Amino acid sequence: MKSLLKMTWMEAKLFIREPVAAFFTLVFPLLYLFLFGIISGNEPTPQFGGQRTIDASIPGLTAVIICITGLMAITMTMSTYRDNGVLRRLRTTPISPLVVLVAQVIVVFVMTALGMLLLVIAGKLIYHVNFEGNALSMLAGFVLSSLSFFALGFVLAGTMPTARSAWIVGMVLMYPMMFLSGAFFTVEILPAAIQKVSAFMPLTYVVNLLRGLWYGQPWGDHLLDVGVLAGMLVLGIIVSAKTFRWE
Amino acid sequence: MDIIIHVEGLHKVYGATVAVDQVSFEVSEGEIFGMVGPNGAGKTTTIECLEGLRKQDSGTVRVLGLDPQREGHTLRVRTGMQLQQSNLPDRMKVWEALDLYASFYPKAADWNVLLSQLGLEEKRNAAFSKLSGGQKQRLFIALALLPDPQLVFLDELTTGLDPQARHAIWDLVREVRVKGKTVILTTHFMEEAERLCDRVAILDHGRIVALDTPAALIHNLKAEERVIFNLDGSLSAALENALSSVGRVEVQGQEVTVHGKNGRKIPLVSEVVGLLTGLGIQFRDLRTEQPNLEDVFLSLTGREMRE
Repeated sequence: MKSLLKMTWMEAKLFIREPVAAFFTLVFPLLYLFLFGIISGNEPTPQFGGQRTIDASIPGLTAVIICITGLMAITMTMSTYRDNGVLRRLRTTPISPLVVLVAQVIVVFVMTALGMLLLVIAGKLIYHVNFEGNALSMLAGFVLSSLSFFALGFVLAGTMPTARSAWIVGMVLMYPMMFLSGAFFTVEILPAAIQKVSAFMPLTYVVNLLRGLWYGQPWGDHLLDVGVLAGMLVLGIIVSAKTFRWE
Repeated sequence: MDIIIHVEGLHKVYGATVAVDQVSFEVSEGEIFGMVGPNGAGKTTTIECLEGLRKQDSGTVRVLGLDPQREGHTLRVRTGMQLQQSNLPDRMKVWEALDLYASFYPKAADWNVLLSQLGLEEKRNAAFSKLSGGQKQRLFIALALLPDPQLVFLDELTTGLDPQARHAIWDLVREVRVKGKTVILTTHFMEEAERLCDRVAILDHGRIVALDTPAALIHNLKAEERVIFNLDGSLSAALENALSSVGRVEVQGQEVTVHGKNGRKIPLVSEVVGLLTGLGIQFRDLRTEQPNLEDVFLSLTGREMRE
């Protein structure tokens, strides 16, 4: 337990010291929020079913943060730790690999939550965003979405041979997902062919779930999203447990 | 002395390559035991089987009375390991690494003491990536000593270090032994093995080709001792004849080398000097060269390049 606390605190410090990760998690989403605020203003738009763009962007940008932390932070940290021999060094000590993984999940989860919190605070203060949902439901949806994406990150780190290839595959998955999942704008404005593609993107389900919960829609409307994300989480845990390598 | 490492018939194959071939040896408590050998001789694989990081294909390994595969956790609590290739996160500071790793052990040594013993106090707040090779190596040794272990594994301890750092680390290893700990190390510096180790195993092609104290290994080689001196003039036929009765003579310009067999009654150097003074010949820069562990190593493992 003492090791887990120390390890978590250490990983948190390392996360903050890595400017790229901290920027993409904490600053980049805020910049997008301001961008949407400037471009779309604060008026209701038919694109988001009469919701204001800025209201729709809070859950959308939260989904973007989840995608970045899962596919970038988790994947890169785990695969470079393996490639550089950091895990090898840890393996000579009595601690279990689970301590490393759990510490990583805690830190990245807290950072993701912090990224969302900054969005909500900025949205409230500057744009007076509406939140019509239930805070606990929102939190539950956020936890499910984050963990299922973290699992995906661990799978990538475990299945790719090197940190470099994990990085490239992570990027290749991340960028189209960010733009085609409806995180920045609704899927409905995209051509029909591309809409079909977005149905295969895990991030689409995160966007749908979080946006729905943000608007106050019942869980019953989002059973598909929950099912897909829960399935991804379970499958991800199984595959990453099987593919975990110390070196 | 208690036997604390017992290896019998250790065998490990990677694909078609036999990395370790029926290796057996024992190490007693308080020993500094060295393994030397060309690249790919099986040193690291052997040490990793002892550490429990690799599973042997066959053979028995007992370390501190434990099976490294089944009782790895207990073994890792009681041993310190420095690995050939390992790292810490770039931005982790020296003190943070020691503090973190100390939390992994039930009875960790005081890392502040280790920090000063290893001369890393000034680097306390330096990031790992900013350390020099020698400083990183010292930090890894500090991490290996953190569990206050009975047994320390040091794999390629001083590779890539400058002579100052190497000598400092040798002193450190000797201090570790004074505290009653056992040290297993691998190296490919013969001088390091000769100066540091109580016993040395020479490995080649996965087998132990010799195992003894450095002095005994050198003595058993029966290698030539050499006396080398310079002459002002050229070597006269009379002198060459006289020297030939002592040993093989080799001339290179003004430098004369006399090769004598080891284990002679009168030391080679007295015979040569006796002859030279007897004939009234002026000589300069006379020195002797003793065979060393490197000669033993080369005679056992051959001179051809590996890999």
